[in-house]
Amino acid sequence: MPCRLTLQSFGRRAVGDYTIRDMHELAVTESIVDIATRHAAQAGASRVLAINLVIGELSSIVDDSVQFYFDFLSEGTSAEGALLVFSRIGIALVCQACGHRWEPVGADWRCPACGAARARAVQGREFYVESIEVEDG
Amino acid sequence: MTTRKVPVIERIMGANDTQAADNRRAFDSHGIHVINVMASPGAGKTSLILETVKRLKDEIRIAAIEGDLASTVDTDKVKASGVPAVQINTGGGCHLDANQVAGSLSDLPMNDLDLVFIENVGNLVCPAGFALGEHTRLVISSVPEGDDKPYKYPKMFANVDALVINKIDLIPYLPFDIEAYTDLVRGINPEIEVFALSCVSGEGMDAWTTWLRGLVREK
Repeated sequence: MPCRLTLQSFGRRAVGDYTIRDMHELAVTESIVDIATRHAAQAGASRVLAINLVIGELSSIVDDSVQFYFDFLSEGTSAEGALLVFSRIGIALVCQACGHRWEPVGADWRCPACGAARARAVQGREFYVESIEVEDG
Repeated sequence: MTTRKVPVIERIMGANDTQAADNRRAFDSHGIHVINVMASPGAGKTSLILETVKRLKDEIRIAAIEGDLASTVDTDKVKASGVPAVQINTGGGCHLDANQVAGSLSDLPMNDLDLVFIENVGNLVCPAGFALGEHTRLVISSVPEGDDKPYKYPKMFANVDALVINKIDLIPYLPFDIEAYTDLVRGINPEIEVFALSCVSGEGMDAWTTWLRGLVREK
């Protein structure tokens, strides 16, 4: 499968040389592989079956294509073949004028209670590995 | 064979953030204020840096770190303006990361600087997610881009300290309402500093340079 070979060399080049970054998903995926394999080793587990990710809408510089990168970046590691499970967290805003808290629909961030355009995001910047499902033995 | 769940709770950007914090300490130890300049291609990142250098280089020691996919075009322009500049070519990468910036520090005369601009790759999406060690995050919007960008890229506009609206000399020819645009951005980011200016006519540059002087003085 020539296509697969091309993608593998594409990924490895980015991982091997820090000055080359073809896409931000590679940097993100590399970090996910590192975190999962490190925590699996610490827990004495032999294999990672799933990785649970929490991603806020405001930090979501990743989409489902990460699974695609993950599949070849994790080759040969304890996380090879693991499933990435995305938990997406919506944006929550607090109006700086009246204190109302709400979850905006679309890009209109005006306060539905008082109409002020002074929203502060209090939720939605999350971007972390929550847990891993591992296999022992 | 048993399966079990292992709690992790580790930030995915942790490695980049750690390096960014190291970069920031390096800048702090030299009393340098650093501005991460982000914008779409053609908004005027290099022009703003060049115009700022022209106005401030006799009183503030400035340098630039120029991030680009390829070429040294921007670096050459900044060097020609009489201040140090370092090129980072991302080789197609869509943003700068903290490691790239760390690698460029040894090429800067750190002992002889007050202000460093890091010109990020032209892109309103990915640079928003990667801290570099900057003190101030700036986004530039330009009048020809239209006034809907904050709706399309809330991550960028919610996560910056300052906005420059560039190319206001084109206002007579384009449907762009500066006041409405400013209100829109403040709706996403109530504390943002906003400067409307033109690098071509020079209008609005004084307020911008006055603000920069204040940032450098605080260091």
